[in-house]
This record gives sequence, structure tokens and C-alpha cells, in this order.
Amino acid sequence: MSAPTTEKPGTDDSRNDPAAPPPAPEGSVVVTVKIRRYNPEGDADEPYWESFDVPALPTDRVLNLLHHVKWYLDGTLAFRRSCAHGICGSDAMRINGINRLACKVLIKDLLAGGGKHTTISIEPIKGLPVEKDLIVDMEPFFEAYRAVKPYLVTTGNEPTRERLQSSADRARFDDTTKCILCAACTTSCPVFWTEGSYFGPAAIVNAHRFIFDSRDEGAEERLDILNDNEGVWRCRTTFNCTDACPRGIQVTQAIQEVKRALLFRRV
Amino acid sequence: MQFHKYDVVIVGAGGAGMRAAIESGQQARTAVLTKLYPTRSHTGAAQGGMCAALANVEEDNWEWHTFDTVKGGDYLVDQDAAEIMAKEAIDAVLDLEKMGLPFNRTPEGKIDQRRFGGHTRNHGEAAVRRACYAADRTGHMILQTLYQNCIKHEVEFFNEFYVLDICLTETADGPVCTGAVALELATGEIHVFQAKAVVFATGGFGKVFKTTSNAHTLTGDGMAIVFRKGLPLEDMEFYQFHPTGLAGLGILLTEGARGEGGILRNDSGERFMERYAPTIKDLAPRDMVARAMATEVREGRGCGPHKDYVLLDLTHLGAEVLDAKLPDITEFSRTYLGIDPVEEPVPVYPTAHYAMGGIPTNIKGEVLRDAENVVPGLYAAGECACVSVHGANRLGTNSLLDINVFGRRAGIAAAEYAKAHDFVDLPEAPEVPVVAMVDKLNASTGGERVANIRTELQQTMDANASVYRTEDTLKQALHDVQALKERFDRVAIQDHGKRYNTDLLEAVELGFLLELAEVLVLGAINRKESRGGHAREDYTTRDDVNFLRHTMAYKQISDDDTTKKTGFGGLTADIRLDYKPVVITRYQPMERKY
Repeated sequence: MSAPTTEKPGTDDSRNDPAAPPPAPEGSVVVTVKIRRYNPEGDADEPYWESFDVPALPTDRVLNLLHHVKWYLDGTLAFRRSCAHGICGSDAMRINGINRLACKVLIKDLLAGGGKHTTISIEPIKGLPVEKDLIVDMEPFFEAYRAVKPYLVTTGNEPTRERLQSSADRARFDDTTKCILCAACTTSCPVFWTEGSYFGPAAIVNAHRFIFDSRDEGAEERLDILNDNEGVWRCRTTFNCTDACPRGIQVTQAIQEVKRALLFRRV
Repeated sequence: MQFHKYDVVIVGAGGAGMRAAIESGQQARTAVLTKLYPTRSHTGAAQGGMCAALANVEEDNWEWHTFDTVKGGDYLVDQDAAEIMAKEAIDAVLDLEKMGLPFNRTPEGKIDQRRFGGHTRNHGEAAVRRACYAADRTGHMILQTLYQNCIKHEVEFFNEFYVLDICLTETADGPVCTGAVALELATGEIHVFQAKAVVFATGGFGKVFKTTSNAHTLTGDGMAIVFRKGLPLEDMEFYQFHPTGLAGLGILLTEGARGEGGILRNDSGERFMERYAPTIKDLAPRDMVARAMATEVREGRGCGPHKDYVLLDLTHLGAEVLDAKLPDITEFSRTYLGIDPVEEPVPVYPTAHYAMGGIPTNIKGEVLRDAENVVPGLYAAGECACVSVHGANRLGTNSLLDINVFGRRAGIAAAEYAKAHDFVDLPEAPEVPVVAMVDKLNASTGGERVANIRTELQQTMDANASVYRTEDTLKQALHDVQALKERFDRVAIQDHGKRYNTDLLEAVELGFLLELAEVLVLGAINRKESRGGHAREDYTTRDDVNFLRHTMAYKQISDDDTTKKTGFGGLTADIRLDYKPVVITRYQPMERKY
């Protein structure tokens, strides 16, 4: 483990240095952020851990800490992020061994008790090829998503006005409409880790979203796809996906509902 | 360097870009170039709804919607465009439903509608239920539905391709757009895309401010690229501050919360909007509510230990309504402030939210090169564009409408243009400005840091160019921005690699932000009146005699400017301000009261 020396924030001589980091905010504590690094253009062939000491407020998100590292300590750190409040799905990563969005985990929930020093470990999500640091290749994930025909399939003439749908029918698939395609579920799944060809929870969630939509007529087709070797039957009901979902989707239940629909061919 | 050739290139994969792609992709060979994976776009952060006079739950018509849009925009709206938007809104919503969007439903199974700020029955009588919605996830559902339909229509995406320049070929009749140049983030490689038509749908630039609802990636790329080519930007001084950002964080809490009955209160628990907008109270347009909140805080009626915010009270709505109609904002408040809106009111304060201005276009989405003429082959839609349907202040929900109506129009227009025209030769060595920009940043050994310049930019913009402005604060902002631009010339990055060089990316983005901040501030200094989202304390009234006109800002680039070739220096070039008349069809300007 290498530990680069970090400039002490807010020391007097830093005031005239335009590149100095900002002073540590009042009420902050120093935590260690231990990051799994990998640079395909760097000297190390293999991924390695690197630690940074960062001032953190209890209300900070893990994303704030990553930004502090990138902006003031090591500009080469690479990760994806955009909205910073849990709706764009860019920043899924393994935080202390659990898949989370970095923008939805608050430091206060990670602080070690009893005034002990806190170390937070951050790794890329598992099961997808690592491109650089915390950035993984998302293409296999989106390929599985595309494979389940994630769009409304209808036949016949379109109505002039909207299709009618009762609130109860709308509620039937509400949970799975919340998916933001962050891949936290799929990359928490032990089956996906060992068998990358498995569609994975997110693809099944998005199939569910249409299979149980009363307006849709593509359920049979999708069920056939999911009945495949790499489909729903691979699921071992470990519930990792449900625990990982930052949107609170009952992922395992959705998979079970698809399995049931397959068994009885009735949605 | 790689070379590609497409009929139509769309830049950006948010709502406007993907709506354009669905049209264009079915008619012409289309590529979508996007800095982010499409589903990461900030359209997904929109919450409350998309207005259309469906009249599903009460009487309504598109003319009322047009009027509200014009009045909401403080009469700076181009009325021909507003009329098109309000009329086509109905089909835009129905199209989305047919594409699969899961709207909330009425008991009869029709698309449900809710109240929203500034949307009224019969020209201001009372709030009307016009906003079609899917809980407080309407933007998320629109983004997902459009992406799903792009998959259905096999639209070709180039994900994480960051467009940094457009190609303009000079002809006898002026410049023609012939392509775009992009940096592939995964490899660092430069790609030149030759195209018959290019559609910009690159979003806003909220990151010029510190407190904002905008994503980190909203850095005004498209606007700045166009501006650096000497093309104008319109009405950039009009920037919207959304009243209800989570205090201190800026995270958006939808206006739909007030549409469902939420109430803003000051430190004494008073429903203060009754004093500012007696008829529609908390559902007044955003500029008025944001000013009212700022005034309450300034006059000492703010809440909290520093009396620096007000409260959004949702407690009377009950857990069931919050769960069914406002689940996400309920969760945001719990997660980020530790406050449960079911139990206690939520601390809120205005947050930088939306650019009314942008790249000027006509109603077909064609980009203007001056007050009258277009750049053939270049289109823009969505927040990066200025049609102008939002005028001086956008009404809530009209942005989701804008991206669907004008995204569709731009997609159709671009595809038709491509079918009717041949490829025009690219300018010589079109990649040179981008290569020079990247090389310069890579080679710089200056002592300046991206993060520090950006922080200072955001601080001065928040302090001096936000809800209330004066000549003094704006001149301070201008001075600061110009000084920061000089410092930016010495900015250095640490990552000199090719792959996923997000250090380089952030430096480029900062250059764009600085450029746009200056345009915003200069336009604001020059507009010596108060109109919509632009509130001058030294000129407190609207001045229709002198300022019922759009600002057009041009970057002055001289032909012998050596920096022009690099597309990078020249950051300090002068800005020329000019004007464009407002299109007035039905509604003569009146006093704006609610």
C-alpha cells in the first residue's frame, strides 16, 4: 500500500499558492480513503490499493471525498459521476465491500465509533472489465439490457388518444420503473461474477417492467428470452441485488415474479 | 485520428437529443455523440411533470397554456414559438404515452394531471391541472422511455464521446455546418465526424454557480463551442433559480410539491407567498417565488440557526400522498438532510437551475448566425437552445415540453435537410483546434489548479449574479471572471494519459464555464431593467421601451487572431452585444401580477 504525503490543508504558506487545497472545513475529521487503483497506461500491471487522508464532514457524501482526492491530491484518479444525488446511476462502486452509489452514502454512516480513525475502502463494481481506477466497461451490462427488448411492444393501430390503464395496472410494475441502470444489482450478484454471460438482475428488472405492463404485448417473447440458459433460472435468490439497489427496488421479488410467469405462462 | 461520415450527427443524449434521434434515425443515417451514457443525462433529474392542455381532469386549452408561457416569461417569449409548443404539447405527451411512458392515471385510466407554478385557467383566474406526471420521476421516465425507443429503432450511439468543436465550412452565402470533432474518453483518440446536419442538444451550464440543481457535467459545452466559432448566444443573462433547492445543497425538490398543496413558510410560520402573489400564492412563477424567499431571508424572517432559508411544509399532505406522488423528494430530504417531510417541514432555498438563454434558433431548430440568417446544417434544441419559448423566466414543466417538441422538430428538420442536400467538404484540417487545445492543456506547467479556479468562479457567481443583481455586484462578477480567465491560461493538469483522462475533461469544461459566465454577466450589466429571472435592484421595473428585445452576444474574433487557430486562447476576446426583436403575435405586454 502506498501512502502519498498529502498537503496539510489550511497551513499559512498555502495562502499564496493558487494550487493549494481549501482549508479543512470546521467540524471535519480526517478519514482515510483507500482506493483500488488501476491505470492501463501506468507502470503497475496489476491493480493496487492507494490511500489518501481527506478531511470529511459527517454530512459529506463519499463522492465529496473522491472529488477532494481528484481535485487536490491526485488528478489522475478516474471515476464516473454526474447528478450527485442518486438518480443518474453513474457512480456505482464497492464501498466498504458493498455496492453503493458514492453520492448516496453519507460519511456519518461510515464513521468508526468511539473516536476511532475511519478508513473507507472503495473499489470498482465487480464482474465488468476495469478500464481505469473505478471506471468499468459498461457495454456488457447494457448489452444484456438491450437483449430483453426493453421497450413497449404493441400490435394493431395506435389509438388517437392515450391508451387507458387503471391505477392498479399501473401500480403492478411501478417498482421496476424506478431502475436507473447503475449496475449495482447486477455487479453484486455472485452468479454474474462467475458467469458473465448471465443476463443479471438489472436486465430482468427491466424485462419485468414491460412484462407486467398491461399495455404491452411482448411478454411471451421476453419470457422466451429469459427462459434461456443465461436467463432467470440462474438466479440463486441470494438477495444481494435487492440489498444493493439504491432505488429500493425489490429486485429479487421481481425476478421471482418473472420465474413464476414462466412457470405458469401467465402475467 | 478516426474519420466517420453520417447524414446526421446529434450531440447529446438527454431528452432533446434522443427525441431528435428517434425522428432522424428513421429517415437518415444518424449518429448520437454523447459525453455521458444516455441514461446519465440530467433530463432524468426532472421531477414534477410536463404540461399539456389535455383537459383530462378539468377544462383547459392550448391558448391558455400559450398565454401562461408568455406571461410567465415576462413577455420576452417569442409568441409564435410558444404557440407551437403549447399546441404540440398535447401530441408530445400522447406520443410519450404510446412509446410506453408510465404516467400516473386518473380513476378513468387517463393520464393524470397536477397543478404547477404559473399554469392557470383562463388567463390567470386560478391554478389549473395541466402537468402530466409520473410521481416525481417524470424526467426519469421520459429519459428511460426515449432511450428505450432509441434501442427499439436501433439508433447508433457513440457513448462517452466528448464533442469539442463543430466544423464550419465557409461558402459564398456564409458558413455551413459540415461536421463535429470529438474526443473519445475511453481512448483519448480524436474523431472527426463529417455530416450533412448537426444537432446540438448539449444541455445547460448550471455549474457556473455554486449552489445548483445541475449535474457536475452540465458545463455548457455546446453553447461555448458555438460561441467560440463567432456565432451568437441569446439572452444568457436570464438564468432561473428554482425556489426549492434543499438548503445548503441545492438538490431539487419539485414544484409539484407545491402543486400537490405544499406551502412555503417563514420563521413565524407565515405563508408568506400570500403577500407576494395573492391569487395563486405558492404556485406563482419561479422567479417571483425565488425573489420572495430571498427577500424573506434578507429581511430577517429566515429560519434556522443562521436564518438563511425558509421551510417547505408538506406535513399536512400525509404519508400516503407523499409516498404516491412525491416519493423521491421525500427520500432526498431524508437521505441528505435527515429530515422526514412527513413529520417536519424541509429547509429550502433557491438553487441555480435552468438557462432560459442559449443558442438562438428558429422554430425549426435551425441555428441563427445573426438576428436573421441561419447556419445551414446546424440545429439546436433543449436547454442549450433559445427558441425562445421561455423568455425571461421559464414556467415549471415547460423544459420537458421544450425538449420533446423542439427535439422532435430539430430531428425532423435535420433529417429532411440531409435528404435534400449533398455532403459539403469539411474545412481543411478540422481537428486542429481540438488537438491544439488538448495539447496546450497537456503541456501546461502553470501553477493554477482547475478546482480552485472553478470554486472561485462559482463563489463570485453565487454572490454577485444570482437572484438579485446590481451594477456593482455584476461589475464585481465581471472583474472576477475576467481575472479567472487570465489565470485559466496557466492552468495545469496532472493526468497526461490518454485513457479516461477526466482531469483533462474537467479543465476543458472549466474553460467553457468561464466563457459563458462572462456572457451572462455582461448581458446582465447591459440589461438595465428587471424582467423575469433578471432582477436588478438598481432598475427595479420592466422597461419595454428599451429592453423588450433579445440580447445577442457575439465573441469578437479577428481574422488575423493567431489564437483562433487553436480555438483555445482568445478566451479573453471582446464580446459584442447586439439585439433581436421579440416576436409578438397575440399578447401585448401587460403588468405581470398573480
